[in-house]
Formats: sequence, structure tokens, C-alpha cells
Amino acid sequence: MIESRLSTKERPLTGRRAVLGAFAVTAGAGLLQPAAAAPAPTLTIGYVHWLHEVDTLSYIFQPAPNDGRAGAEVAIADNNTTGRFLNQNFALAAVEVRDNEDPVAALNSLIGKGIRLVITDRPAADVLKMANAGAPHGVTIFNAGAAEDSLREEDCRGNLIHTAPSDNMLADALAQYLIWKRWPRWLLAYGEHPRDLRLAAAYRRAAKIFGAHIVAERQYKGKVGSRETDTGLIDLQKELPVFTQNAPNYDVLVAADDNSVFAGYLPYRTWDARLVAGSAGLIPTSWDPNSEEWGGRQMQDRFVAYAHRFMTALDMNAWVAARMIGTAASYAQSLEPDKIMAYMRGPDFQLGAYRGLSLSIRDWNGQVRQAILLSDSGRLVVSVSPQPGFLHQRTVLDTLGTDKPETKCKLS
Amino acid sequence: MIRRRSVLLGLPPALLLASATSAEAALSGMAYASNEKDNTISVIDLAAMKTVKTVPTGQRPRGMDLTSDGGRLLVCLGDSNRIDILDTKSWKVVGSINTPDPEYAALRQPGNNPLYVSNENNALVTVWNIDTQKMLVQMPTGVEPEGMAVSPDGQLVANTTETTSMAQFFSYATGKNLANVLVPPRPRWAAFTHDGREVWVSSELGGTVTVIDAKTFKVLDTIHFVVEGLRSTFIQPVGINITRDDKRAFVCLGPANRVAVVDVPERKVLSYVSTSSKMFNATVKKYLLVGQRPWHANFTPDEKYLLTANGLSNDVSVIDVTRLRVINTVPVGQQPWMVLISPS
Repeated sequence: MIESRLSTKERPLTGRRAVLGAFAVTAGAGLLQPAAAAPAPTLTIGYVHWLHEVDTLSYIFQPAPNDGRAGAEVAIADNNTTGRFLNQNFALAAVEVRDNEDPVAALNSLIGKGIRLVITDRPAADVLKMANAGAPHGVTIFNAGAAEDSLREEDCRGNLIHTAPSDNMLADALAQYLIWKRWPRWLLAYGEHPRDLRLAAAYRRAAKIFGAHIVAERQYKGKVGSRETDTGLIDLQKELPVFTQNAPNYDVLVAADDNSVFAGYLPYRTWDARLVAGSAGLIPTSWDPNSEEWGGRQMQDRFVAYAHRFMTALDMNAWVAARMIGTAASYAQSLEPDKIMAYMRGPDFQLGAYRGLSLSIRDWNGQVRQAILLSDSGRLVVSVSPQPGFLHQRTVLDTLGTDKPETKCKLS
Repeated sequence: MIRRRSVLLGLPPALLLASATSAEAALSGMAYASNEKDNTISVIDLAAMKTVKTVPTGQRPRGMDLTSDGGRLLVCLGDSNRIDILDTKSWKVVGSINTPDPEYAALRQPGNNPLYVSNENNALVTVWNIDTQKMLVQMPTGVEPEGMAVSPDGQLVANTTETTSMAQFFSYATGKNLANVLVPPRPRWAAFTHDGREVWVSSELGGTVTVIDAKTFKVLDTIHFVVEGLRSTFIQPVGINITRDDKRAFVCLGPANRVAVVDVPERKVLSYVSTSSKMFNATVKKYLLVGQRPWHANFTPDEKYLLTANGLSNDVSVIDVTRLRVINTVPVGQQPWMVLISPS
């Protein structure tokens, strides 16, 4: 377990020294805050970071060791840029946890330091363990990595906020676009991993909701692939056409391959000349380093300047979590975790996150509602869902994922 | 719409345009649209209602300002990290200010100096002498400063920080940060009333305009917008233009594809205590349908027309301010961000 702490001392002010205003006024509440004389009080946010190696088919998409955590670090800097005017300071205490290490021990070490708001990118089972362990201490866990709908549904917890979009949200986002394109006939291909089966279930559900037709399903039972070997290309060129041969007529091959075992090999290798979507080809995601709309260019520039690499979806999910905390702290005019969470869960909370519509929390299961980008495998952003024409009585963002009437989550 | 009518009557558009405009106040002079995506300025001849020249610029032109005589156009080139000063006759670059990621810049008037710049990526407002092109001072701000306004007396500088939702006020004389007012999310723009008493700040994601007292920095009012048949999330206020008599404001509503006309007939502040709106009877009189995603607009010098830059339909809408009607649409370059009109 390696511990690190991001230094978040107020940046030296250049030029004339900024003097804090006599007061700050919120638009709604008219709260006053006196000028600061002493150093700003600090809120430390925890981060339990999963340090692990990921084998991806594409070399350039191998995640960096600080994937996710760098997003939280940029958000801390953003929080402090505001905080220096509002007499609030933010810090990040990150604990790295390897595969064979206990995330709950890491969480307890943070709790021991008085930390109550903790971001994590650990897998679903660990997120649940951490939520359970943190509950008696008044800890809120921000899930930036796990997409399992079960965490939002039957296994939901009152102290869990999900900044990661769920499988259902991602599948719905892709389904809306394919329906908008009038490509309703899908060939569903999925792998052997339990995550692949859940993802396949999300695509079946999306097909049913949005009126697509899964013409056939295929399970890919190959060995877990690593990157292409010297002779591998020829085998793939023969193997994948066979995998997709003799399918009923379809418009799009939808692939559910969470662990990057086979989907990346599908484009250009299908038996029929067809497009690929899902885990390869057109990919639904919460972020893409090419997204420049809605001020996104500023986010990308700020991130690259800090991390010297591109910003991933996990970085964005962690950035959202730390910025949600910072934003709620500015509006609540408090660094107390209870007051921050009360504001965040309240009706006025909104976070701009460079995807057009603002983000907020679904009060029935703690999921952050958000627009989903459709990325051409990390090259360009093709579209953003919700798509035009898909309506909802509350907000169009609630056309993505499990809605209030169908939720299995019962928060006490 | 004049163009559409001319098709119906089978008359040449120019002929019909001439008769239509002669009945109204004649439009004349030039307008300049900054096209963020194709790195150009479209020069519009307002009498002819068409783009007559396309001037190539550096990368990503967005915010612009004009010197009071109209002779110099200052163009923020965000991706080229500089502001070019263009001569509006020769269209030659006559000066450059090297400053990182400028999004918008405003000249202090009167005197055309200094220049206040929002450096979006650096969380800074920088102040420049445009004659010497030297930086005078830099002031730290919240994340992504954008909107920038100088009070009519030149003493107060207002800035909005998009990502950290503050309207920030600085003293011109001392450069001191006087106050930071939290407003609803993603404030894009600040505009002073001409009497200097109020600052109007638009919140793109909050969907509101916050009216702030320029002396006490208290929030006087929050204006909300409701368009029938449109989800509130698509109503995203950005640009604000206030008439010289301070009785009417035009607010560009972005993806709502409309400009809201806000009337403020009596400027009596009824109460500072109440947090509900309608403190001084600001009412939305009308929503004018323009092109797609208007962000910024500007009046002609006589205030008889308002031009909007429509970022997604790549055109400029012309609004007749007296009749409150959209009378024409002029195609420009790709993704116009702002449109300015020459003073003569």
C-alpha cells in the first residue's frame, strides 16, 4: 500500500495579490462570508486507487498507472482555484491498492485521518465492501470505475454516489443512436467473462426498450488474447470472419467485451461488410480525449498540461466526483462533509462537465445522470446521447439507464 | 423573412430588400463575425446584407472588440495564444499581443486602453496596454474565466468564471479583488447597465441571468426563462445586450435557438431581503426565434437592429429592435462565436 498526498497549498498569486472580497453572496441564499485572514481550512478527499496492469488489444490504449487519480488531482486544483476566493482549500489523500491488497484496509487508513468523502476506481465487489465498511463512520464512497447496474439496483447503498455511468446507461446511449440511424437489426457478440454477460444483458434490455431486434447472438470463446504476435494477424484474419459467418441479415454487430479480449479485432474482419459498435467501433463512453464541444477543449488542455497524457473516461469520472464535492462545498459555504452531501443531494445541485447538459444525482439510487459520448474508438466523437426525439417527463438524461419506476433500489 | 417573401412574390431579393429597408431605418456599415471553426472573420456589408469578405486569422477566433472609431478590430485567437489587432480597412495585422488562450477581451472606454483579457486555460485576467502591447498586470481568477466587462466609469472590472460559477469584481485603480459572487452554474457573460448600477451575469447551465448591484455586490434579482414546449435544460443564456436607456435587455439563449427580450420598465428595487425574483419587475416580453445556438449579439450604433452570431447554423440573424422581429439571415463562416458592428 503506497500512500501519497497531493500538495495543494494555495498557488502563489502573481502580479498584485488578490484580496478576498468582503463577502460572497449566493444567488439564492444570500449567505455572507467574512474575509479570510488565517490560512484557508482544508477538506481532504480520499482516493482508493486500484493499481493494476491491464492488457489491452491496442497498445496505445493501455491505461497509465495514474488513470483516474490524475482526473481527481486536476479537480482538486480546480477546486482550489475557486477555493482561494472563498476561503476553502482542498487536498487529495490517495492510497494505492494492488490486486492482492485489501481496499477496506486502505479505506480504514483514510477514515483514521478523519476523511469522510472517498473516491475509488476499484471493481464493483470492492466498492460494495467499502460502502459497507464506511457506512458506520458516515463515509460516502464515490464510485468512479464500476459500471455494474447491480451496484445501483439490488446492491445499492445510501452512501454510494456513482459518477461512472452504468452498463444500462451506456447500452441505452448506443441503442438510441443506432435507432436514430435506423439500424435496428443487431448481431450481439459477447465474451466469456462475467462482466461480458452483464454487458450483453444491458444490450438485450436496451434493444427491447428502444425497439431494436437482436437477430442472433454469438459467444466468443477464444483464449484471452494479448497483443498481436508476429503471426497472429493471419490467424485473426481467418478466425473472425468464421465467428461472424452465416448470421441472419443484420445492420450492426454489437460487441460486449469488457476485458478487451476480442472486440477490438472485429472491425474490418466480419464475414459481411458490417459496422461494429459497443466495446469496439462506435463506443459509448463518459469521456473521449477528442471531445471539444461545450468548452471541453479547456478541460482537455488543462488535463494534458497536468498529466502529460490524454484524459480517459476514468479520469473524467474521478474529476466529476472531486468537482461535485468542490462545487457543493462552494454553494453550501462549508467544508463539512454532511453539509456538502446535503447540498449535493438537494434540488439545486448541478455540475457542468463539458457534455452540454449539467450533471446531477438521481435521488433514487445515487447514480449521476449524464450525457454519454459515442466515440469512434478514441478517434473522433461521432455523437452524444440522449438523441433527439427521445423524451422524458423529468429530463432527457433520464432516458439513459434504469428509471425511477423500475428501480430495485430501496434507500432507507 | 424578407428572403422568403421575395421568393413568393417572384421579385429579385435585392429589389425587395431595398424597398423593405427604406421603409425602415436603413441598415449600413459593416459587421464582423468571428468564426471559431474555420479560423476566419466574415465581413458583412449591412446595406447589402451579405458577407463581402472573409479574412483568414490565426487559430480559433472567438472574442473580439473594436476601438471606438472602428479602425481596429481585436481578435482573440485562443489556439494561437495571441490577440491580433487588425486594421479594418486593409485587414492587415498591425499588432499582436502574445497571451495564453485568450477567450474574450474588452477595451476600457473611453480611451481604448487598457485591454482586459480572459485567459481561459490559465485562470487569469491579464491587462494590457494596447499601444505598447505590454502587460500591465495579471489577476488570478476562478477556473475558466470568460465574460469580461468594464463599468461605464471605467472603475470596476467584472469577470465570470465558467467552471467555478463566480462573478468576480476587481478595482481598476488597485487591481484588488473586491468581491466574488456565486451565481448558478457556468456563468458565461457579464454586462453593466449603462448607468453603471447593475451587472447582469448569465448562467449557461443554471438557465438564469443574475442581476448584481455594482456597489454592494448583492444579488438584486434572478431572471428565469420559460419557453413553451422546450425543456428547461435547453435554455442556456449566454450573451447579454442592454439598450442605452437600460429599459430592455436581449439575452441569447444558446441551444433554445432564441433571443429573450427582457423588459425592465421601472428600476425600483423593491426589496433586498426576498430571495424570490421580480424584485424590480424584470419580465420577459418575447422570445425571438433566430438561427441555431446564438451565443453573442450586438446592436447597430443606432440600436435599431441587433445581430446574433448563430454557432450551429453558421449564420447571423438580424433582429428589428423596434418591431421585435427577425428580418434577415446572413450566412457566414463555420461556428460564428461573436458579431460586432462598426460604429459608422
